[in-house]
Amino acid sequence: MNKEVIVIGAGAAGMESAGQLANEGFSVKIFEKDESPGGHLKGWYHLFPNRRDSVEVMDYLLDVIDRKEIELLTNTTVTKVSKKDGKFVVTTTQNKEYNADAIIVTTGFDLFRSERKEEYGYGIYDNVITSAELEKMFRNGNLRCTDGRIPQKVGFIHCVGSRDEKVGNFYCSKLCCVSAVKQAIEIREHVPESNVFCFYMDIRMGGSGYEELYRESQQKYGVNYIRGKVSEVAENYEGKLVLKVEDTLVGKPLKMEFDMLVLMVGMEMSESGKELAVNSGLLTGENRFFAPADHHFGSNKGNVDGIFYAGACTATMNLTETLAHARSAVDDVVDYFRRKK
Amino acid sequence: MKLEGEENKIKWADYQKEIADDHFFYVRSCIRQSLYPGSEQFFLNLLGNILKKDIYENPSHTTCTGIGYHGDVVPFSTIQTVVARHYALMKESGYKNIAISCVTSFGIYTEILETWKHFPEELEKTREYLFKATGREFDIPENVSHTSDIIYKFKDEIASMAKYRLVDKETGEPLKGVEHIGCHYAKIFPKYGVGGAEFPQVLSGMITTWGGEVVDYPERRHCCGFGFRQYLVQANRGYSLSNSITKFESMKPYKPDFILTNCPGCNMFMDKWQYTVKEMNGNTYGQDGNAIPVLTYEELAGLVLGVDPWDLGLQFHAVQSEPLLDKMGIEYSKEDKYKTIDGRQMGVPAKILNV
Amino acid sequence: MSDFGYVLLKNRHIDYEANDKRIAEYIYAREPSFGYCMECGCCAGTCTSGNFTHLSLREINILIKRGETSTIKEQIDKCMLCGKCTLVCPRGVNTRNIIILAGEAIQKLEANEL
Repeated sequence: MNKEVIVIGAGAAGMESAGQLANEGFSVKIFEKDESPGGHLKGWYHLFPNRRDSVEVMDYLLDVIDRKEIELLTNTTVTKVSKKDGKFVVTTTQNKEYNADAIIVTTGFDLFRSERKEEYGYGIYDNVITSAELEKMFRNGNLRCTDGRIPQKVGFIHCVGSRDEKVGNFYCSKLCCVSAVKQAIEIREHVPESNVFCFYMDIRMGGSGYEELYRESQQKYGVNYIRGKVSEVAENYEGKLVLKVEDTLVGKPLKMEFDMLVLMVGMEMSESGKELAVNSGLLTGENRFFAPADHHFGSNKGNVDGIFYAGACTATMNLTETLAHARSAVDDVVDYFRRKK
Repeated sequence: MKLEGEENKIKWADYQKEIADDHFFYVRSCIRQSLYPGSEQFFLNLLGNILKKDIYENPSHTTCTGIGYHGDVVPFSTIQTVVARHYALMKESGYKNIAISCVTSFGIYTEILETWKHFPEELEKTREYLFKATGREFDIPENVSHTSDIIYKFKDEIASMAKYRLVDKETGEPLKGVEHIGCHYAKIFPKYGVGGAEFPQVLSGMITTWGGEVVDYPERRHCCGFGFRQYLVQANRGYSLSNSITKFESMKPYKPDFILTNCPGCNMFMDKWQYTVKEMNGNTYGQDGNAIPVLTYEELAGLVLGVDPWDLGLQFHAVQSEPLLDKMGIEYSKEDKYKTIDGRQMGVPAKILNV
Repeated sequence: MSDFGYVLLKNRHIDYEANDKRIAEYIYAREPSFGYCMECGCCAGTCTSGNFTHLSLREINILIKRGETSTIKEQIDKCMLCGKCTLVCPRGVNTRNIIILAGEAIQKLEANEL
């Protein structure tokens, strides 16, 4: 067929769809704004729910794109896609232009910037960290407070930047709950004598194997769960973090001290995705992610025929869903060229 | 806590408000001019004579009725009209920048301006009420600043003229200051407070600029317990007091040298409740069994600039400031403490702390 | 009456059909955000009043909705209307207005005006 397809973003969705495109016989260019492919997966330690090392998935994806039909251009941010006479022109920050017959946008998500939830003191108090930072600590085998102590009491604050009108995000980020459960287990494994508490509004265990992991965290690891959205965090004289919350099931306000607090940061439409949307006339939804053409039948399609979406640039999505979404985008590309004949 | 410095990831620039530079229309606070008159006196002196700014107060200015409003006895339309009258006085005097001494008033002025933005019909109604009642007309102010904002703006100028620093004379260590911000300064509209609502910078900026160190303690962001309705009924005052004690107990381990407030009510309660607690159960929260002096930002600026503490009115507090003055190395006369300007002896309070 | 040494027990179900939901209806009609609450408790966790008194806006909210209103009046009197709960509410509930409307509704209920 010898059609050229450009994939924008070399995260999990981009890499998987590039591999599938190559399988279908297209020649593929992937543009990646970072210096290496992998996206958020690069920063992750173990994956939920089966706690597989993320390196295994990373190796699989690197293998997927390691073929002659696929050209990877790193340190290259795409700013605009325009359509002319049924063909596409992709513009990068270096002001270079590339032609393509179809586009798959896989610009993914950015993590919520925790300093926006000021009352949690991220960036102000030592030892208030994000879930992403905790993954790096696990990866480096260096789970410690800033003064070098091993944390004995760790709290997880769910829904940071999700389900929160005050930061403009109405939606649920979907995978923070199960991430917290996984990370709570890992804290208990790293520091067996530690106490771990999760503060949640609802525990959302909608994926396969999630509820089982939640149960395991209680049965095997003694993780504690308190139902209440944390109101604020402060630091006391001993340098411990003091958290305030309502224990809604008891019906009383509660104070508790921690060595370390982990903010379960949610997902937002990526900045590069937003720029691309504005410059290219791609529609976005109320949640700021790319708006799919149809919730059920067109989740890979948008408002421009020939530009397809895959992964977390359309909605919060876990890795399993992202990889499946990437493959279904390729189906839509194949169908697009068939229709055009 | 990291409020300043390169390490700090937070961009306080998000919460830097515009503070006028000159030509202020000054409105006083009911509580401050009665209980801590030296503070407002010195503010006028500082702005007018030391910083050479144009500041004016109109003798026809009245209470904003905020205490009545929050005490559920003054309706919203009434307080809007009272505030509109003050804007009318400002217009008649030729001023556009309002400088508000009281945090309750500041909250009310901003609440009303925001109301008018979102409900223009309220603005029209208020114009009508004011005109019918007084024949006056008003403009929306160009700049609304609390007077602590203004001192914050000029904190570096004050530092450059400083005679004393917030440093322990003996040890050379910075003095530890607890800052307490009135709820209505930024909790209603974080965007109108320097540093926002959670980690306001308006007072901490002064303390660090003048050589001190800011204490961050768990109950830092909490209300002093004044609460208007709660305080106004005597039987409910235990509630106000208990809230203040929660704060005192939380700050005690840090051994603070002083408390700095920007709100008339907070200043009054944090000062006077320390006396009350001591009488009720003997507890004190400062160093060496002393209470913690509670200062206004004008008083602190005055001390830094070398103004006589008795001219600033520090003797009118329940908690006396001598331990702080001694640490800073400030000279003061024991004999003149309760003398009027022309040398007459005033009454000496029987029950005060730290003497 | 005879005393057999035991008593009849009161059913402790929330009798949803029998309970008086007029306060809830009064608030719903005037402040739709009343219905947005997801009972997260952020309001009650940050509440200054809740430090020393039994005041939980979250609890008030759910009790009113269920028509379990016997303790409501006492609770809302404790509120200082400081607005800290409004600041933290992730659902944008107009908490101050709910307190004010609940007070109004109770007054009207007592005066047989509802």
